[in-house]
Amino acid sequence: MNGFGLLRRVAPQLLTLAAVLVLVTLFFPSFPSVSFGGDRLVGSPIDVLKRGAPVALLAIGMTLVIATRGIDLSVGAIMAICGAVAAFAVTGGWGLGVAVALALATGLICGLWNGFLVAVLGIQPIVATLILMVAGRGIAQLVTEGKILTFSDAGFAYLGSGAFLGLPVPAWAWILAGILTGLVVRRTALGLLIESVGVNLRASRLAGVNSTVLLLTVYMISGLCAAVAGLIVAGDIKGADANNAGLWLELDAILAVAIGGTSLLGGRFSILASLIGAMIIQSINTGILLAGFPPEFNLVIKAILVLLILTLQSPRLGAVAAGLLSRRRRADEAGAAPRSVQEAGQ
Amino acid sequence: MAENLTLGRQPRRLGLVSRRGMRAMAREMLAGYGLSIDVERDLGSYSVAVQQIVAIARAVHLSGKVLILDEPTASLDAREVALLFDVVRNLRERGLGIVFVSHFLDQVFAISDRITVLRNGRLIATTEAAHLDRVQLINLMLGRELEQATAHGQGGRAAGGEMLRVEGLGRRGKVAPFDMTVRSGEVIGMAGLLGSGRTETAEVLFGATGADSGTVRDEKGRIDLSSPARAISAGFGFAPEDRKTDGIIGDLTLRENIALALQAHRGWARPIPRAEQRRLAEDYVRRLDIRTPGAEKPVGLLSGGNQQKVILARWLAMNPRFLILDEPTRGIDVGAHAEVLRLINEMVASGMSLLVISSELEELVAVSDRVIVVRDRRHVAQLTGHEITTDAIVRAIAAPERDTEAAE
Amino acid sequence: MKKTLFASASALVLGTAASAQVVGFSQIGSESGWRAAETTVTNQQAEERGIDLQFSDAQQKQENQIAAVRSFIAQGVDAILLAPVVATGWDAVLEEAKEAEIPVVLLDRMVDSDPSLYLTAVGSDLVHEGEVAGQFLVDQVGDEPCRVVELQGTTGSSPAIDRATGFRNAIEGHDNIEIVQSQTGDFTRAQGKTVMEAFLQAENGGADICALYAHNDDMAVGAIQAIKEAGLKPGEDVTIVSIDGVPDLFQAMAAGEANATVELTPNMAGPAFDALQAYWDNGTEPPKFIQTESRLYTQSDDPQGEYDRRKDLGY
Repeated sequence: MNGFGLLRRVAPQLLTLAAVLVLVTLFFPSFPSVSFGGDRLVGSPIDVLKRGAPVALLAIGMTLVIATRGIDLSVGAIMAICGAVAAFAVTGGWGLGVAVALALATGLICGLWNGFLVAVLGIQPIVATLILMVAGRGIAQLVTEGKILTFSDAGFAYLGSGAFLGLPVPAWAWILAGILTGLVVRRTALGLLIESVGVNLRASRLAGVNSTVLLLTVYMISGLCAAVAGLIVAGDIKGADANNAGLWLELDAILAVAIGGTSLLGGRFSILASLIGAMIIQSINTGILLAGFPPEFNLVIKAILVLLILTLQSPRLGAVAAGLLSRRRRADEAGAAPRSVQEAGQ
Repeated sequence: MAENLTLGRQPRRLGLVSRRGMRAMAREMLAGYGLSIDVERDLGSYSVAVQQIVAIARAVHLSGKVLILDEPTASLDAREVALLFDVVRNLRERGLGIVFVSHFLDQVFAISDRITVLRNGRLIATTEAAHLDRVQLINLMLGRELEQATAHGQGGRAAGGEMLRVEGLGRRGKVAPFDMTVRSGEVIGMAGLLGSGRTETAEVLFGATGADSGTVRDEKGRIDLSSPARAISAGFGFAPEDRKTDGIIGDLTLRENIALALQAHRGWARPIPRAEQRRLAEDYVRRLDIRTPGAEKPVGLLSGGNQQKVILARWLAMNPRFLILDEPTRGIDVGAHAEVLRLINEMVASGMSLLVISSELEELVAVSDRVIVVRDRRHVAQLTGHEITTDAIVRAIAAPERDTEAAE
Repeated sequence: MKKTLFASASALVLGTAASAQVVGFSQIGSESGWRAAETTVTNQQAEERGIDLQFSDAQQKQENQIAAVRSFIAQGVDAILLAPVVATGWDAVLEEAKEAEIPVVLLDRMVDSDPSLYLTAVGSDLVHEGEVAGQFLVDQVGDEPCRVVELQGTTGSSPAIDRATGFRNAIEGHDNIEIVQSQTGDFTRAQGKTVMEAFLQAENGGADICALYAHNDDMAVGAIQAIKEAGLKPGEDVTIVSIDGVPDLFQAMAAGEANATVELTPNMAGPAFDALQAYWDNGTEPPKFIQTESRLYTQSDDPQGEYDRRKDLGY
């Protein structure tokens, strides 16, 4: 996709994000202000970039998994396991390097397990990943022995709450992971093969696509993203909280992918759109906290906003809008790519 | 069992389902079908034949005038078929009108008074069964007259040496072990009725269905056909019968669909550059005359004939040595039909070998150097050279069993 | 964790003299650090008194607890400690215990059964905890105006409701103290930090915040990190008071980063065993509710020492 096509693909998400930001600013006028405090930028937009990191990271892996017509419910639990493993290593005095390496390896192994169940044993993804979703927290609790495993390693804490070139480290993490994954899937043929498997597994296999390896790969990428998210969450509170780390975040990640316009039925995907989706969700979360409503309203407000967003992005409504648009456009659009390409891409 | 029989019409007492009434009703419904079975057991624990009869009993109980049986014998063995036919004849005696839909010709002749032939959604003929023989029936089904034998058009093609040797390849329940040789630059036709084992042969040859017996060798030795990817590495290609579910990736563009097999073969780490993909796509759009607004059109939006050409282009881009085309001309318009045949001839001329599976006999006659006839999941005959005529093919398909082959 | 508990509990059972009093303890599970500490302390208390403690972990399931209590009755234990996972559904099994003349002491949580069915209940008063925390702040700020932000527990949970009520009771009539922000931090460290960041944004970078009241220590620990990252000094720029008394908060107090915590003591078993001993000795009926002390710890109460005492209890 060229730059213009990419912009058109994510235009609905960008518009939604802008609308949410405007809405939050209405309730909390100083929301957009960013200042420089000491070594870093401070302000609500920076908080959104930082706090949205776990969901954004999960959404990267989740986008690829969903593009293959799968789903990964275990990412929240994988976060808890990987955070626990890293905290265990660092409190055991093994050093930050070993801790991070162990956590990432754990994430890969968790992904490999999911991928094995899905690709080799042929278990439906929602069931296959449910296993680790349920068992994962128990595994994490075994590692932490049921308590919050607190550590004081400054380097580990830096991963969660440090700043680099003025931006929080977690924000760097998801932005870089997003760019890296985006480059890997789009500069290699991985993206094409993932999409082809997601659209039509059988036809792809008959065209020689090795779907087994491909599925293993996407679940491992998802596990790796969850591991990074787990490290950030643990580093942020200088402790591994097996009970609460990443709790329900798999659902926010799925929501981010859905808001990003990738169909849960697989096929065409956009990591950028999912990342914007994650930022939309985080803007809502931060906005609710800032607006000062009583906490009883938090979930209701979030649900209403999400419903509104998904309704506005629904294909039916989109078709109506496209119909209205194309009537105007038909006159001056002769050589450009047909609209239907865009529609199929969403 | 009783629940299945009485579902929706359960006898009630005081507003509740009466199990006793249900059992009595079920036994009464089954009376006269020659079955002595326990109506309390789960239906699933009985054989498919019994399940069929129960389904019939329920249907008869519901209307009792006309009974439509749609492929009732598809998964029954001979003894069960006999049991079922007894029931059907019994019902006929009781005055029911019965419509028996099947592609098993023996059975059609065994049970029918009148035979109606449908083809491509049209009524072709309705005839007294007694006035029809198997060959005539198959001619009606395939839409051609026995006398109208098309001349074999490929006498002049010079096939090369032996390229592949298939020995005893088969898969239980799909296709019986078969032998086959493929020479370079020849077209092997494959004829047979739907469900006769044609597609299964193709899938076993391509590794889409794992073979449980036999080998395939070329001059270098045994070829691993354990998956489509391996088969492709061995220089095989396969354009499947059902384009929509097995062939095209509907949401992807024409360019991506054409590049897919080549890309999968190169591996994900060695992407085909976008410009190269576009050149490839545009090249084949021109060569195969694919009608599309552009290479970026999702292939699902193209017509059937153009989709078929896209799949052909996907394989031509691989330059395979052995390409299997399963019903390459089904559901495409006349113009595209002729072009596909022209392409087949071009491919063979370039040294490629093809296995063409088709229900269109004149098409087979026109392009094939040899024709293999498949019946009841077996390769039963091979016609070569001047033997290849439509009526010879029809006879080979029709021959019910060995003892009637004298008719040929 | 559970395994080690089981192991130590059964080792305890095997190692105790047969003549000792036998007490069955049906614990909810080990869903939190506090719960784990309660189990550890109960074992310690039994050991100190030479009581043979039979431990059963219900893993959050009432049917497991009922089965455990029945098995204790069948064994003919001298008393049963029960930390009920839910409030309802206990009548039948408590009556069985009463018929077998085995006294039942409820720990930490209450049941909706007739009080005659159990000997007594030992627990803390959640409203009182909030009041102690509020009173600390009232004493601390004197007549200075103080804008307070509140990190609530999980919305709708009884600790969140009661601890909020108690705090408001204590600051009533002190118009200089005002709760300006109140949000749920779900009792977790991560949410505590996240919500505190939002509070800091909303309150002029934290400059307008005088004090933080957190419904539990975990949220306070998270909030302390947020305050530090905002460039403020927790414990000085922002007064921090919370409830529970977990080791990490004592550590924060030792570092001067927190001001006070109200202890929810994990030692429910001590008062329970005291009441049981009196009952066994001369049939003394204890009151129906024994309130544990909600002790206030401040920076002057040797927080480092308190941390060292608590760090191995399994929090």
